[in-house]
Amino acid sequence: MVKIVTLLPAQHLPRFKTCTCYQFYSYLASSKILICIFSLKCSGGLELLCDSVKIHSINVDLPAEEKKLTMKHLLAWVRSNLIKERPEMFMKGDTVRPGVLVLVNDCDWELSGQLDTTLEDKDVIVFISTLHGG
Amino acid sequence: MEASHGGEKVKSRLCSICNQRRPALKRPKTLQQICKECFYEVFEEEIHRVIVDNKLFKPGERIAIGASGGKDSTVLAYVMSELNRRHNYGLDLFLLSVDEGITGYRDDSLETVKRNEVQYGLPLKVVSYKDLYGWTMDEIVKMIGLKNNCTFCGVFRRQALDRGAALLKVDKLATGHNADDIAETVLLNILRGDIARLSRCTSIITGEDGPIPRCKPFKYTYEKEIVTYAYFKKLDYFSTECIYSPNAYRGFAREFIKDLERIRPRAILDIIKSGEDFRIATTTKMPEQGTCQRCGYISSQKWCKACVLLEGLNRGLPKLGIGRTRGVNNDHRKDDKKIDTKNIQSKPCGTLDF
Repeated sequence: MVKIVTLLPAQHLPRFKTCTCYQFYSYLASSKILICIFSLKCSGGLELLCDSVKIHSINVDLPAEEKKLTMKHLLAWVRSNLIKERPEMFMKGDTVRPGVLVLVNDCDWELSGQLDTTLEDKDVIVFISTLHGG
Repeated sequence: MEASHGGEKVKSRLCSICNQRRPALKRPKTLQQICKECFYEVFEEEIHRVIVDNKLFKPGERIAIGASGGKDSTVLAYVMSELNRRHNYGLDLFLLSVDEGITGYRDDSLETVKRNEVQYGLPLKVVSYKDLYGWTMDEIVKMIGLKNNCTFCGVFRRQALDRGAALLKVDKLATGHNADDIAETVLLNILRGDIARLSRCTSIITGEDGPIPRCKPFKYTYEKEIVTYAYFKKLDYFSTECIYSPNAYRGFAREFIKDLERIRPRAILDIIKSGEDFRIATTTKMPEQGTCQRCGYISSQKWCKACVLLEGLNRGLPKLGIGRTRGVNNDHRKDDKKIDTKNIQSKPCGTLDF
């Protein structure tokens, strides 16, 4: 469906050879480090906001004093690190702009608590904009 | 049409329809949590119900699906061909695309439509602004700039779809307008005080008195569900913003609708219902629907909007027909014979304003 461009450094690629583009899981080598790796897909035009890259594999530092990473943290991270232009197309306040669909592991985030959704290693988060095009 | 559950208190971990699988989405209409499989079923069945209950199609009809390559029309083409097979509608389906001539936008989305043609086995017809009007949008924007260009595009597309539908000899044109679009249009027409359009923008079939009526099978279908459906089914659709800036006024209404939806998803259906229930006093003076003296298209003025705009372009006065002035209609002279009339010859069409 979409052209896949990855931000992954070349040395990481062999690990993901067996994954399809829809299960583009990245994984954590050691669970002890306070770093989570997610793969994140933008589609529906949102990729235009991040240099037209549709799939991002990212590392997010867990904020201090927090045990689990939530969507709230992730969005703040995405906003400051991934979105290259027009953040208002993606965010409104501390959440996504109404009309942007969020799926965590192919499941509507409204079912998992939206901003409070806790994220784990290997989770796949997809943002789809519904705001233009017919 | 749509059963309303007030919102389920029980946060079950299983699909509220089949009670077996993990839910994958929350339906905005009913707030039910349902799994992918049940979602496909209710989504398709609901559209089937809308088609049957509103008698949108008759067996043996030729139907054009307005296809832009975007999410709505791609899902419409897919669902229509599925339902046509499954429920034996006996329809001949076609894809109809308009090529506005926007490099880097429409040419890419047309590629998507061409793939859809193969994927769904539906014959495709493309009509271009260049052929119909002698101008591409690129050329128009070069001349008039980025202000009001959406007016040209919108007016021209409306007629272009009718011309294409006439060439395909179809009985009806189905468009992918969804519930969000219609709610947005209801609001816009209220804000603009456009009583005539307000009274017809919620009709599921429009232009029945004209040669090619239009219908909107997705009238009650939420955009969220269409996008989710396209994503789960991995449908091949194109999504990029038009490079010639979106219609700002519509954008505000759209954003407002989305904000409302977040607070109360049913608001979208409620707005459509209000639009449907609007009754206009019989004493209200409505614009008379006549036909354009130049091209025969339906028009409440002497000339239809497309002819006025085209006249402006060809005479190098692109401001004609923009805004509220009706100068051309009131005092145009007979010096416009040189305009290429074969481009806009008789195309009697229905009411299509949406």
